[in-house]
Amino acid sequence: MLDRKTLEARVSQRFPSVVIGDESGDLALTVGRMHLVELAAWLRDEPELNFKFLNNLCGVDFLGREPRFEVVVHLTSIPNQMRIALHVGVPENDPTVPTLTRLFPTANYQERETYDMFGIIFTGHPGLERILMPEDWMGYPQRKDHPLGYEEVAFTHNEDWIYANKPFAKE
Amino acid sequence: MYESLWVMIIHSVLLALAALTGFAYLTLMERKILARMQHRVGPNKAGPRGFLQPLADAVKLMFKEDIMPADADRWVYTLAPILATIPAVIIFAVIPLGKDFVFFGERVTLTFANIDIGLLYLLAVTSIGVYGITLAGWASNNKYSMLGGVRSAAQMISYELAFGLTVLVPVMLTAWHNPSGDGLGSLNLTTMVDAQAGTYLGFIPRWFIFTPTGWLAFIVFLIAATAEVTRAPFDLVEAEQELVGGYATEYSSMKFALFFMAEYMKLIAMSALAATFFLGGWRFPGLENIGGNWGALISFIVMLVKIIFFLFLSIWVRATFPRIRYDRLMDFGWKRLLPVSLATMAATAVFVVLVDQL
Amino acid sequence: MVMQAQQYPEIEIPTPSQIAETANLGPDEEGENRMVLSMGPQHPSTHGVLRLAVELSGETVVNLAPDVGYLHTGIEKTMETKTYTKSIVLTDRIDYLAPMSNNMAYVSAVEKLMQIEVPERAQVLRVLLLEMTRLNSHLVWLGTHALDLAAMSVFLYALREREYILDIFEMLTGARMMTSYFRVGGLAWDIPKDFIPTVEQFLDYFPPHIDEYEDLLTSNPLWRERTVGVGVVSDEDAVALGLTGANLRASGVNWDLRKAMPYSGYETYDFDVPVLYNGDIYDRYLCRLQEMRESVKIMRQALARLKDLAGGPFITDNRKVAPPPKTEITYSMESLIHHFKLWTEGFRPARGSAYMGIESPRGEFGCYVVSDGTPKPWRVHFRAPSFINLQALPHMAKGKLVADLVAMIASLDPVLGEVDR
Repeated sequence: MLDRKTLEARVSQRFPSVVIGDESGDLALTVGRMHLVELAAWLRDEPELNFKFLNNLCGVDFLGREPRFEVVVHLTSIPNQMRIALHVGVPENDPTVPTLTRLFPTANYQERETYDMFGIIFTGHPGLERILMPEDWMGYPQRKDHPLGYEEVAFTHNEDWIYANKPFAKE
Repeated sequence: MYESLWVMIIHSVLLALAALTGFAYLTLMERKILARMQHRVGPNKAGPRGFLQPLADAVKLMFKEDIMPADADRWVYTLAPILATIPAVIIFAVIPLGKDFVFFGERVTLTFANIDIGLLYLLAVTSIGVYGITLAGWASNNKYSMLGGVRSAAQMISYELAFGLTVLVPVMLTAWHNPSGDGLGSLNLTTMVDAQAGTYLGFIPRWFIFTPTGWLAFIVFLIAATAEVTRAPFDLVEAEQELVGGYATEYSSMKFALFFMAEYMKLIAMSALAATFFLGGWRFPGLENIGGNWGALISFIVMLVKIIFFLFLSIWVRATFPRIRYDRLMDFGWKRLLPVSLATMAATAVFVVLVDQL
Repeated sequence: MVMQAQQYPEIEIPTPSQIAETANLGPDEEGENRMVLSMGPQHPSTHGVLRLAVELSGETVVNLAPDVGYLHTGIEKTMETKTYTKSIVLTDRIDYLAPMSNNMAYVSAVEKLMQIEVPERAQVLRVLLLEMTRLNSHLVWLGTHALDLAAMSVFLYALREREYILDIFEMLTGARMMTSYFRVGGLAWDIPKDFIPTVEQFLDYFPPHIDEYEDLLTSNPLWRERTVGVGVVSDEDAVALGLTGANLRASGVNWDLRKAMPYSGYETYDFDVPVLYNGDIYDRYLCRLQEMRESVKIMRQALARLKDLAGGPFITDNRKVAPPPKTEITYSMESLIHHFKLWTEGFRPARGSAYMGIESPRGEFGCYVVSDGTPKPWRVHFRAPSFINLQALPHMAKGKLVADLVAMIASLDPVLGEVDR
């Protein structure tokens, strides 16, 4: 069974650039975008590590911080009964992250959702489209600067006015 | 022997009305029995214990908007429900429902058309009903409907064969003890019923189900008939969970009601046929020799009880079984049912000839 | 270094627009025209508003893409504007068949973030309720699954038993479905007087009914015909596709978070995790039925402990997260201040983030909470098992029939509220 100390040591030996941290008791690795796929593949394929299961992939918008976005990936090693988090910073002016779908097919929908909600582009994804929001939605709703909006209820007496002035979300 | 013309007209109208009422109350019976089997109450608001529910359903359906899909083939779309319903009604013409009785000096027979090609008529008429369903599926211009229509065509063809072969078994068994004593089989349903008169050993009715091959033919007949009328578990044609409503997806109002009617009336007809072919029709040992109008009434009640038994069986099956899958249905029809029915037929032929020889 | 790691070329998860494109390509190499069937969002057996773009050749599924989002309500975004406590009511609405599990994932993520100890009695009660929720959800699954294969009686039998559970929930929380009973640090209020006897009655009443369902389905030849060998997922593919819950365990992977990463004291209960190896619909069915029996086992143990712990606290006495009892407010100034602060502003977890996954009826229900130190969560994300399990559908359904597709959807047990959140 793998313990946390060994894993930390192995990660820092193999990937010196990875920052090792803690996320409420779970091991958290902060990794650059260019190393993400390499690190994930290594974690997955190294026999003793065996992080074959991708639990969760989501985006976070730290508005006002640099880098603004963060993609958080949680991996589980079923034989080791251990969960780790990978944090990947994504700058606002170039919101791209290499896709993990080739390693973990389960990342497919979660990356689509993250793209849908945060506009983070996963390069190499086989079908990066909106998944939860309508296809013609403007903007990325879970960004902190997305207008929350308010819709006036349309009645016959005011619907023309409402549709003319409808506050569509701006980029 | 034959009725006078005006009796015939009244008779046919009454028969059609009886079939329609029977259908209406079959829906109520099905809903009530299903409800009981599923720990529900069932319809109980319209009238005492829900007895007016069929009426309420009919009124509701009549007042529904009759929707026609924009791209539907108007004529075929309208024709299809008619084509499905009429055969279902006219099947009843050849089924012997009981003995003749005398009414105001007029002889009234409970076999509306006592024709010698009864069985042939039956096979022809049941096959026409398929067109209604298939055309409905095609004319609706809906993908689900089309799949349902294609399914119905395939299903009918597969089961028509087994159905046709098993009904030959009673024909041959009729030859075995044909009341006319000519030793020939008959396609006349009345002759078939007459051939099942009496008892073996004094207590086993001489029904065809109790013959060495008859019981097997009976089972095959039940399965094939269930498939013919697209009842659960062979209701792939509608298959609500897969094809939404199958051929009936786009139909509404009375057009839908006609399909519904066709299905249920065919079910009643098939139950009546099962009783006629294998359970001695209106005959029941001890009750079949009562004469007069009372005897006619009793014979009719016996027939009714047998029909209700089969209807109950069908409802029971519906409450219990999941739906069979399309490919398995074809598989079952062609690979199991057809050989079995062929073998039954051959065995019956051998049996009848052997009995004749001995 | 160029990655040459093992990949999954055989697993494709197309998007609806990709399916639509292939339909426009015309006849295939064998000259057959393909038909694209838009199954749903209004379809009797897509369990809500799931839409499937299905490419058909005859009745054989060539390819398909689930199209989700019709029920998207923006729960994650809404939670960013509510305090931690107020967000709990929103979590009920995610998986509306297992509200307690959602509550649990969220509150335990916050507890993990704030490192709050939950009193033992609350933990036991949580386990009891979580298992009852599992039964509730599995009963609906069983009923709808059977209904999708047209075995309609099972549906009504299953809902009859579910009604019992909902009555217990109503007695406990006042709501039948949206219970919102869990709080950070424990539970909302204490159990009513009749709760324990009622649950006891239920535990006596329920197990024979599982046998009843089995009588109707397990050895029914038509049921077996429809389910055995259909929708097979190998263990490796199941892990790669991120399947969890009974879907994963039916493929032979022994992974249950209650055993692997125990929470709420699950490690102290004696129960088995059913694991089956064929990965087909029938095994998923058996697996969930067995889970129901195990849940009853856990509930019995929890109930016994609950009796021993009678009178104990139902929520932590940490006044920074849990409000003081009303009686205390009348004489304690400090309590009044706590009460006021909690209800006007809410508590403030320290900066940080936490991921907590629990074994919900549908699989791993995860909650990722990011706190910026204010009383409102900066970001809440739910790992919805239905959403992720749904990805397995194209993989399973290729080359199968439409009728099988319906059975597969049912066996994955998606709840569309959870898929779309």
